[in-house]
Amino acid sequence: MSLRTTPLRLATASAIGLLTALPALADTAAPVPAKGDTAWMMVATLLVLMMSIPGLALFYGGLVRAKNMLSVLTQIFAIVCLAGLMWAFFGYSLAFTNGGALNDYVGGFSKAFLSGITTASVAATFSNGVVIPEQLYMAFQMTFAMITPALIIGAFAERMKFGAILLFTALWSLLVYYPVAHMVWYWAGPDAIADAAKAVAGAADAAAKTAAQTKLDEVMADAGMIFKWGALDFAGGTVVHINAGIAGLVGALMVGKRIGYGKELMAPHSLVMTMIGAALLWVGWFGFNAGSSLEANGTAVLAFANTMVATCAAAFSWLMVEWMLKGKPSLLGLVSGAVAGLVAVTPASGFAGPMGSIVLGLVAGAVCFFFCSVVKNTFRYDDSLDVFGVHCVGGIIGALATGILADPSLGGAGIVDYVAKPGEAVAGEFSMATQVMAQLKAVVITLLWSGIGSAILFKLVDVVVGLRATNEDERMGLDIAEHGERAYHY
Amino acid sequence: MKTVVAIIKPFKLEEVRDALTAIGVHGMTVSEVKGYGRQKGHTEIYRGAEYAVSFLPKLKLEVAVASDLVPAVVDAIEQAARTGQIGDGKIFVSPLEQVVRIRTGERGTEAL
Repeated sequence: MSLRTTPLRLATASAIGLLTALPALADTAAPVPAKGDTAWMMVATLLVLMMSIPGLALFYGGLVRAKNMLSVLTQIFAIVCLAGLMWAFFGYSLAFTNGGALNDYVGGFSKAFLSGITTASVAATFSNGVVIPEQLYMAFQMTFAMITPALIIGAFAERMKFGAILLFTALWSLLVYYPVAHMVWYWAGPDAIADAAKAVAGAADAAAKTAAQTKLDEVMADAGMIFKWGALDFAGGTVVHINAGIAGLVGALMVGKRIGYGKELMAPHSLVMTMIGAALLWVGWFGFNAGSSLEANGTAVLAFANTMVATCAAAFSWLMVEWMLKGKPSLLGLVSGAVAGLVAVTPASGFAGPMGSIVLGLVAGAVCFFFCSVVKNTFRYDDSLDVFGVHCVGGIIGALATGILADPSLGGAGIVDYVAKPGEAVAGEFSMATQVMAQLKAVVITLLWSGIGSAILFKLVDVVVGLRATNEDERMGLDIAEHGERAYHY
Repeated sequence: MKTVVAIIKPFKLEEVRDALTAIGVHGMTVSEVKGYGRQKGHTEIYRGAEYAVSFLPKLKLEVAVASDLVPAVVDAIEQAARTGQIGDGKIFVSPLEQVVRIRTGERGTEAL
C-alpha cells in the first residue's frame, strides 16, 4: 500500500536500468492502472461508505430508544463528513507517506491537502506491476477513516454531547487513527522492493552490491512499525475494530452509565432498522474486505468468499448459543453474530481459507455473545451498543486467528516474499508461532495506543466542552434537546 | 344511562365489535392502553440484558348505552372477548349523568 507518483517510479526504474544494464527492459515501463481494477475499487469505496451511512447509522439507530434515534444518525453522518475533510487535509498524508524520523509511528505532511496527487499519480497494490490511481486509493482509505470513529459512538450512545463527539473525533483521528493506520499499513510497495532487490542481484561488483543492499534495506525499512514486525491485518482488524472498540470502552467508562441503566427499560426501539442496517453492513463489508486487496484479483475473491462464510458461521453460532442458554433465538442475536463474524474475518479475509474462516466465525459468534451478555453484565459497564464486546473482542479474535489461519497447511494463503524472486510474489516461509507473536504484539500496541490515547482525549474534551449531556437533556432525549427535532411523529 | 368500559385483548376487538353491532350498539371509542392484572408481564432479552416488561398492550373500549341495554352489552363483550386464558381483561360499568350530541344539541338518551 505505498504510493509513488509516476515520475518518481520512472526515475527509479530508469536508474535501476542503468545500474544493472539488464537486457530485458520491458518492465521499466511504468505500470498504469487497469480499467477493471479501477472500476472495482471505485465500487468498493462506495460500498464502504454505504457501511457507515446508512448501514451503521441504522444498525445503531434501531438499538437506541426512539428519543435518541436522530442523535445517533446525526452523529454518524457528521463524523463521516468531518473525518472525510480531515483525511483530505492531512489524514491521508499522515497515514500514507514517509514520516522521516517518526516514520515508525506516523507519516509526514508531504501530501497534506492532497498536494502533488494528480490524475496520473498511482498507488501500489500487493502485486508487482499492478497499480491503481492514487486519488482512488486515497478515497478508499478515506472511507475507513470515516467509519472507524463512527463505530466508537455506539459505546456511549444516548448520553454524550454532540459537540464533544465532534471534538473527540477530530482529535482521535489525528492522534490515534492516522498513526495506527500508518504503523500497520504503510510500506514501500512491491515494485519498490522488487526494483531494489533486482539492483542487488544485478550489482556488478562488491561496492555496487553493498550500495544496492543498503538501498534495499532502506526500502524494506520504509514502513510502519507494526508492518515491519510482520503483523498481518488484511482489512483493519487492528486499525479499525480493536482501535475503535477499546476507544469506545474507555469513552463509556469515562462518561458514565446512562441514567436508569440496569433499572429502566432500555430496549431497542426498532430492531427492524437494526436488521436493515446489519444487512447493509454485510453487503458493504465486501467493499471493505475484498476491496482491501486493492485490485480485482484472486485475493479479492478469497476475501469475498471468506466474508460470506465467516459471517454465516458467526451469526448461526451466536443464535444457537443464545437459544441454548437464554431459551429463545433472537433476531438481535442473529444480526449481532453476523457483525461479530464480519469483524473477526476482517484481518483474516485475504489470508485464511474459507474453512478456516468458518471456524473463526463459529468462535467469534460464541465469544462475542459471552462478552455482550455475561462479561458486560458482570462488570456493569454501560457500553450501550456493545462496541467493545463486538468490535474489540471480535477484532482481537480475528487478529490473533489470522496468525494461525494464514498457515498454508490449514488452507491459508501464507505470506508473500517480494525479495526472493524480485518482481514475482512468491510464498514466504511461514511460521505459525512467529506469526501469532507478531499478531499479539500488534494487538497489544493497538490496545495501548488507542486505550491510553482515548483516555487522554476524552479527559481533554471533558475539560474543554464537557462530555455529558445534562440530566434533563438525557431524560428528554438527545433528539429534542440537542438537535431540536424528533424522529417520529405519531 | 351507563358507561361500559372494557379492557380487552387487542386481537379480540373485531369479535367484540361484531357482537355489539348485533345487539344494536352502533358507536364506540377504542384506545390503545397498557396495563396488567393477574397476567403480570413478560421478559424481554436484548443481547443478554433482561427486562421485565410488566405493562402489556391492551385495548380500552368505551360504550355509552341506555340502562336497559347494559346486561346485553356486558354479556356480548364478555362472550366475545373471552379466550379462557389469563389476561382476558375486565368490564367496568358506571353511571352516566349526561350525554350531548354536539351537532344537534340533543340531550340524554336522544343523544346516544
